[in-house]
Amino acid sequence: MKKNKRAYNIGYYIAEGFHSIFTHGLMSFAAVFMIVACLLIMGSFSLVALNLENKLGELERDNQFLAFVDESYTRDQALALQSRLEGVTNVSWVEFTTREDAKENYAAMYAGDQNAQLYAELPDEIFRDRYAVHVTDISRLQETIDAVEAVDGIEGHQAAPEVAEGFVMVRDVASGVALVLVVLLLLISVFIIYNTIKLGTFTRKDEIAIMKMCGATNGFVRAPFIVEGMILGLFGAVVAFFAQWGIYTMIARAIDTGATIQLITVIPYVSIWPRVLGVFAGTGLVVGIGGSVMAIRRFLQV
Amino acid sequence: MIRLLDIRKTYDNGTKALKGVSMRIDDGEFVFLVGPSGSGKSTIIKLITGEVQSSEGRIMVNGYNLNSIRPRQVPYMRRTLGVIFQDFRLIDKKTVWENLAFVMRAAGATPREIRKRIPYVLDLVGLSYKEDRYPAQLSGGEQQRVAIARALVNNPEMIIADEPTGNLDPARSLEIMTLLEKINELGTTMLVVTHEKDLVNRFSKRVIAIENGRIISDETGGYYKHEEKQESV
Repeated sequence: MKKNKRAYNIGYYIAEGFHSIFTHGLMSFAAVFMIVACLLIMGSFSLVALNLENKLGELERDNQFLAFVDESYTRDQALALQSRLEGVTNVSWVEFTTREDAKENYAAMYAGDQNAQLYAELPDEIFRDRYAVHVTDISRLQETIDAVEAVDGIEGHQAAPEVAEGFVMVRDVASGVALVLVVLLLLISVFIIYNTIKLGTFTRKDEIAIMKMCGATNGFVRAPFIVEGMILGLFGAVVAFFAQWGIYTMIARAIDTGATIQLITVIPYVSIWPRVLGVFAGTGLVVGIGGSVMAIRRFLQV
Repeated sequence: MIRLLDIRKTYDNGTKALKGVSMRIDDGEFVFLVGPSGSGKSTIIKLITGEVQSSEGRIMVNGYNLNSIRPRQVPYMRRTLGVIFQDFRLIDKKTVWENLAFVMRAAGATPREIRKRIPYVLDLVGLSYKEDRYPAQLSGGEQQRVAIARALVNNPEMIIADEPTGNLDPARSLEIMTLLEKINELGTTMLVVTHEKDLVNRFSKRVIAIENGRIISDETGGYYKHEEKQESV
């Protein structure tokens, strides 16, 4: 019996929630529109940040600097440095290259050059045995270089920390902007939902007062408005999800076919859609419920 | 049963609405609460329904101690009361049936209980043939009958009627008061707030007169003498 009553009440809440949405059609449309707009802006920036993070991750994996071995070291001594270098904090792995291989690589790099012969004939002695040192965290490149330099047997390095710092800065700025926008747009969305639900509660304030006077609990009065907020939030999330899909795919296609930006690889939407849908739906629900609870609170004090 | 013991109420703006009111209304009684505007009648109703809290004194309503009642218990206390207002306060966009059904639903009734109870109550107030009408399609007297049906529909122990005939002509007022008397005879305690002297005097009931925040008379089978007193001064 109690179960039936609960099921009946849930049916009532949903019916009232939909009824209220259609009663204030224009305001509901505005709320959904704003949620879609907010989620799209939020989603777009987040996806840009995600792609940037992905790209930086790739660069990070490729990121390395060269640590040169002391010329007085024998080949065996040079090889023995590998384990010590791998023990340095933030070093993910190292790769040894002999001076002969280094020269060959250098010559191969300029194979098509008009002075190719000159490069090929360089003596091995001007090159040094070296380690390519790969780092885990690109933002700690300079301190890793210093730590590697401190290892006995390492004499000098070749790196471009300013490039790494540039990558880190771009990523941090993109993430920061995305975070600020997410917070700002969430607040705007909550405010819009709040006003939509508040309009509904205002037009039904007599009804609410009578319900309270007849012994309705706060939960019973509040539930239809929360359902209304949830429906608006979820509907906005679903619309935004498909719109985001369209926009993202369009941009990805343009990047893929653009001759000048071939270097950028965009994460396919099909591999991230569950995350996007989850975040959009969760955000829509939180915004809807938050706005409703705030809007109805005042009217419950009867 | 309602019990007020030395109730004092001072509003935030400093107005002293009640200055030590004590009264007891037993189950099954019919009581008129009379007095001029600003005498404290509405404050007593608000205290009984839990809309405001007293500054001092004790209040018991149908077994609930309102001085120590928890907020989540207030709805259950209110389900023991039915309230009728002067301006009816019906929901315009709902039919007569829907106006009654929604307050039953608010009090936790099932659809089956609603289907069973509403025809009985509408029959009691003489409106069973108008269940599909909207308030705007009814006369003032009929609208107040719907309001009475709404107060009755959750089968409360007590009905509080706040100026129930204030918007009606004398003939309709008499009809409504007779209906309230009939409901009282069926066992529901009745507290009627009014300042209509002729109507009060027509029914020989208990009359509690309040003036300037104090009870000045409480007589069973009494009369509303307030205006006569003023005239003789």
